[in-house]
Amino acid sequence: MNLDFAQLVPSIPYILYGIWVTLQFVAVSLVLGFLWGTVLSLFKIGKITVLRWFADAYTSVFRGTPLILQMLLIYYAVPQLTGVDIGAFSAGVLTFALNSAAYISEIIRAGINAVDKGQKEAAMALGVPYRTMMLKIILPQAFKNILPALMNEFITLTKESAIVSVIGALDIMRRAQIVGASNYRFFEPLLLAGLVYYLLVMMLTLAGRVMERRLAKSD
Amino acid sequence: MIDVQGLKKNFGKNEVLKGITTSIKKGEVIAVIGPSGSGKSTFLRCLNLLETHDEGSILVEGKDINAMELHLRKKVGMVFQHFNLFPHLTVLENVTFAPQQVLKISKSEAEREALDLLKTVGLSDKANSYPSNLSGGQKQRVAVARALAMKPEVMLFDEPTSALDPEMVKEVLQVMKNLVKLGMTMVIVTHEMGFAKEVADRVLFMDDGKLVEDQVPAIFFENPKTDRAKAFLEKVL
Repeated sequence: MNLDFAQLVPSIPYILYGIWVTLQFVAVSLVLGFLWGTVLSLFKIGKITVLRWFADAYTSVFRGTPLILQMLLIYYAVPQLTGVDIGAFSAGVLTFALNSAAYISEIIRAGINAVDKGQKEAAMALGVPYRTMMLKIILPQAFKNILPALMNEFITLTKESAIVSVIGALDIMRRAQIVGASNYRFFEPLLLAGLVYYLLVMMLTLAGRVMERRLAKSD
Repeated sequence: MIDVQGLKKNFGKNEVLKGITTSIKKGEVIAVIGPSGSGKSTFLRCLNLLETHDEGSILVEGKDINAMELHLRKKVGMVFQHFNLFPHLTVLENVTFAPQQVLKISKSEAEREALDLLKTVGLSDKANSYPSNLSGGQKQRVAVARALAMKPEVMLFDEPTSALDPEMVKEVLQVMKNLVKLGMTMVIVTHEMGFAKEVADRVLFMDDGKLVEDQVPAIFFENPKTDRAKAFLEKVL
């Protein structure tokens, strides 16, 4: 055993700053992924064949190929095609948002289908337009049912965000690796990074429970 | 007020309505009865465009209902067998939702009207409860209030008491009787024969997708013309 955390101490602030980068990254991907996923799920249950076909094909492609491949394609291949260099952070956010939208759209679709058919009929019978019905009646109920599954997806997203380190975005993971390389000691910084990810996930889990409890007030 | 001509409806190869012709006048109370699977509920749902018919026509005040979807639904209230209250909204929010969203009435006015309606169905004290805390009878009374909040000209009831425990049936029927007294036009699919006999102006007896008898209740229940109606009444009375 040859652990020396004292040597790590000067680099701790540098690694911890990565929390901010990771959080920004996750928050932006999460919001974009959720919105786009909701739209895709509405395509899937809608009546317009082209949109349904598109959403199904989309999901199939993004679930059927490795995330890291999608990211490298967006980061390296898109600039090659278009000449526009979008930067590591944006490329990462874009990939994660597009990718998680595929999973989220499936979760939401299942959630919408699980809402009792009578809810839609009651809303229709009251003359409520489709949009209002979806936003105020169906989606809130679907959201409550799928909250655990959504939380799971967000947790996965937080952990998997570590792969943006591959394209050089300075997140927790990347910073731990840099510190490890400069000190020739990897165990300590990686352990710290692991602890930070674990705490982030625990916080998300807790937030999910609180939200679940708040939504359960109508039970 | 409502004219139904040769109404036909198929579910796949299954012909559920085989040409229904009838009319409903303003202020009339119609009871629709018949065995399960006879098409009663489908007929009712066609009147509100929850089902679209395949042949024939339904005219409301002379206008084809296919051409007036949302406008029609503002005029026609519906109460379902399984209540279909919005579980994530309070009782008060259930009643004010459509008036606010569809009729664009202000929140305070919608709430004032909703509280009045809840009073008439005897549930003023439940305004801030969630549906999950209500009994079946209470839920159905809220559902009636919710439909009435849109100030409909016709109320459709699809087996409103069939999902209720027996001791809850009376309170819902009482609310409906009050509506009859107010002169509301009502079409009620029901298995409550006593109720149909008491409040209905006409009984529509349906069997196998056809309108078999269209009669005043005194005659229908005492002296049904067809064998099918006789056989049905023997079983249920």
